[in-house]
Amino acid sequence: MLALSTAQTLQLNDQGQLRHYLSIDGLSRELLTEILDTADSFLEVGARSVKKVPLLRGMTVCNVFFENSTRTRTTFELAAKRLSADVINLDISTSSTSKGESLFDTLRNLEAMAADMFVVRHGDSGAAHFIAEHVCPDVAVINAGDGRHSHPTQGMLDMLTIRRHKGDFSGLSVAIVGDILHSRVARSDMLALRTLGCTDIRVIAPKSLIPVGIEQYGVRVFHDLAAGLKDVDVVIMLRLQKERMQGGLLPSEGEFFRLYGLTQQRLALAKPDALVMHPGPINRGVEIESAVADGAQSVILNQVTYGIAIRMAVLAMAMSGQKTQRQLDQDSEV
Amino acid sequence: MRMTLKGARVIDPASQLDQHVSVHLQDGHILALGNAPTGFTAERMLDCSGLVIAPGLVDLSCALREPGFGRKGNIASETLAAAAGGTTSLCCPPFTRPALDTPAVAELILDRAREAGHAKVFPLGALSKGLAGEQLSELVSLRDAGCVAFTNGLSQFRNTRVLRRALEYAATFDLTVVFVSQDHDLADGGLAHEGPTAAFLGLPGIPETAETVALARDLLLVEQTGVRAHFSQLTSARGVEMIAQAQARGLPVTADVALYQLILTDEALNSFSGLYHVQPPLRSNADRQALREAVRAGVVQAIASHHQPHEGDVKRAPFGATEPGISSAELFLPLAMTLVQDGLLELPELLKRLSLGPAQAMRLSAGKLGVGEAADLVIFDPQATTLAGEQWFSKGENCPFHGHCLPSTVRYTLVDGHISFQR
Repeated sequence: MLALSTAQTLQLNDQGQLRHYLSIDGLSRELLTEILDTADSFLEVGARSVKKVPLLRGMTVCNVFFENSTRTRTTFELAAKRLSADVINLDISTSSTSKGESLFDTLRNLEAMAADMFVVRHGDSGAAHFIAEHVCPDVAVINAGDGRHSHPTQGMLDMLTIRRHKGDFSGLSVAIVGDILHSRVARSDMLALRTLGCTDIRVIAPKSLIPVGIEQYGVRVFHDLAAGLKDVDVVIMLRLQKERMQGGLLPSEGEFFRLYGLTQQRLALAKPDALVMHPGPINRGVEIESAVADGAQSVILNQVTYGIAIRMAVLAMAMSGQKTQRQLDQDSEV
Repeated sequence: MRMTLKGARVIDPASQLDQHVSVHLQDGHILALGNAPTGFTAERMLDCSGLVIAPGLVDLSCALREPGFGRKGNIASETLAAAAGGTTSLCCPPFTRPALDTPAVAELILDRAREAGHAKVFPLGALSKGLAGEQLSELVSLRDAGCVAFTNGLSQFRNTRVLRRALEYAATFDLTVVFVSQDHDLADGGLAHEGPTAAFLGLPGIPETAETVALARDLLLVEQTGVRAHFSQLTSARGVEMIAQAQARGLPVTADVALYQLILTDEALNSFSGLYHVQPPLRSNADRQALREAVRAGVVQAIASHHQPHEGDVKRAPFGATEPGISSAELFLPLAMTLVQDGLLELPELLKRLSLGPAQAMRLSAGKLGVGEAADLVIFDPQATTLAGEQWFSKGENCPFHGHCLPSTVRYTLVDGHISFQR
């Protein structure tokens, strides 16, 4: 495993608390557990008739999405609103950059509007790091997906889903199936699972969809779905983008489904109480058949609900860590 | 002007001279080594005690950015930067705007370089018009205008047949072709060496085969056409192995590596810093070791700066949105001296890779320190250090070595006996 010390120092304040949330990499088991525990407590907020807590009252959260997304942006918006923040949604893919403004300038402008927190999705790997390091280090930056690199709130909502259904990570077998190569979700899941103590992580895909150097994640690689699913506790299916058929990665959706699609018959190879997860949006009949997606073992919609709680937890923790850091900086100046 | 340089250790790889002698210069040439000829009186005496005098460095790739990219650099700024790095002769690649595919552009560059007077400039012409890989440039006219070799850089030819024709035409006139072998399709969209670092960072990979597949094709075409060939910017262990094999079976090909490839690896990318974004990419530590070994063994004859200056803005972006390249011409000697510091090369061998080797690869008369040769010299203090970035002449703000304390410091650079830089 590569030691990304910069990711660690960027994300944490001088007291080791979260101040940006960019990647699972560099976060300790204790910190990930704190995120899960905090999210657990926020789940209860979502169940109330008045679904608000005042943690971020008076704060402005900017959702800055350079790539389209419905689910992630909406759940971030809901999370921020349940924390009583003001929320601005910016769909940049249709505005500034098409006029030639650089990411740097776009973010600096938003910072000048006194935003307290940026939730950023961007097509370039490392975009959130770049913003946190070089553009606005004093504004909490939450990574809502950067290229193929990281999608750390999805990673942790997957962990919350697993923990709520399975209790603990040690002794679990988790299989991640599909397009690992292009998947920021897979990268975040692999890191989070390992940090939280899961010792049997499997990735299942043809060689054309597995990145060179996957071994560093401490995973076992399977090219055969049946062998990979044997006795697993959790199956995480990944979305297959239609553009993967171009460029020779796969012959067709049909052949992919034949070889790697999750059917009831194949799910039967896993443990009887195995969970079926998917980050969404699902392609029915491409990576998963409807009977499984809608079946008793599917927790795909639970993931969406838990996603709001995870995002509330991360927003609240990063804002608090950022405030603490500002206080520390002020104290050291005095 | 008659000048005597006294007290230095004088190293000339061409004649294997390495001793303390005086160097006497007259009318831009080296008049004598050792005792002054009878009747010679120096107008200027330079005390060089404790310093090393060597042939001025010959840099096979130093982008000057003029014409067309004034925000990144210009001929005056970048040749001064090169002089500060100990360089007296440099080749500039044809990636200007317009591309260096007409004699007019070559003449403009040569005129401005002469006007600036910091270093001798030898342009590389575009092998195809506009580097588009469709139609040949007027290679002979470009040669007559001063181009010493021709390259298409990383731009691909429309197909292998057109490339073959280009090589045949170049071979007809004994022109040198500089290859940067990278298969366009295998590298397409890639940002980093395909390996654990790229996988971890989610950066699209450029496989080693992007280099080796193209290199195999290029070597076979060189063999078939008999063109004089130089392979530039090798990055991989397999790549230098293929060059060594070709040389072993008698193919007279030469090669260079970028100096930064001998120092950095793809692990430098792990903070997503765009300063380390280069093309072809930084590769693994095993590749770096093999490149260093190939330089030591002489399979790779030349080390080049591959200086690519950029304005700060183009690196102020997420990794994938930055433009590739490192600005390092003015650290050429001090960065290269780290190879001596690391015990890879003895000083005379290093100087050979930085002067005589590259000069021979491009058939330049530079790189020698003998009686009658042009007085193109670098005079440096091997014991002192250079704080990278303390002085900065290049317009390129993209240097990942800033703040590093590097071995040696260039005291004087002389071009035709004139001091083009001193510190």
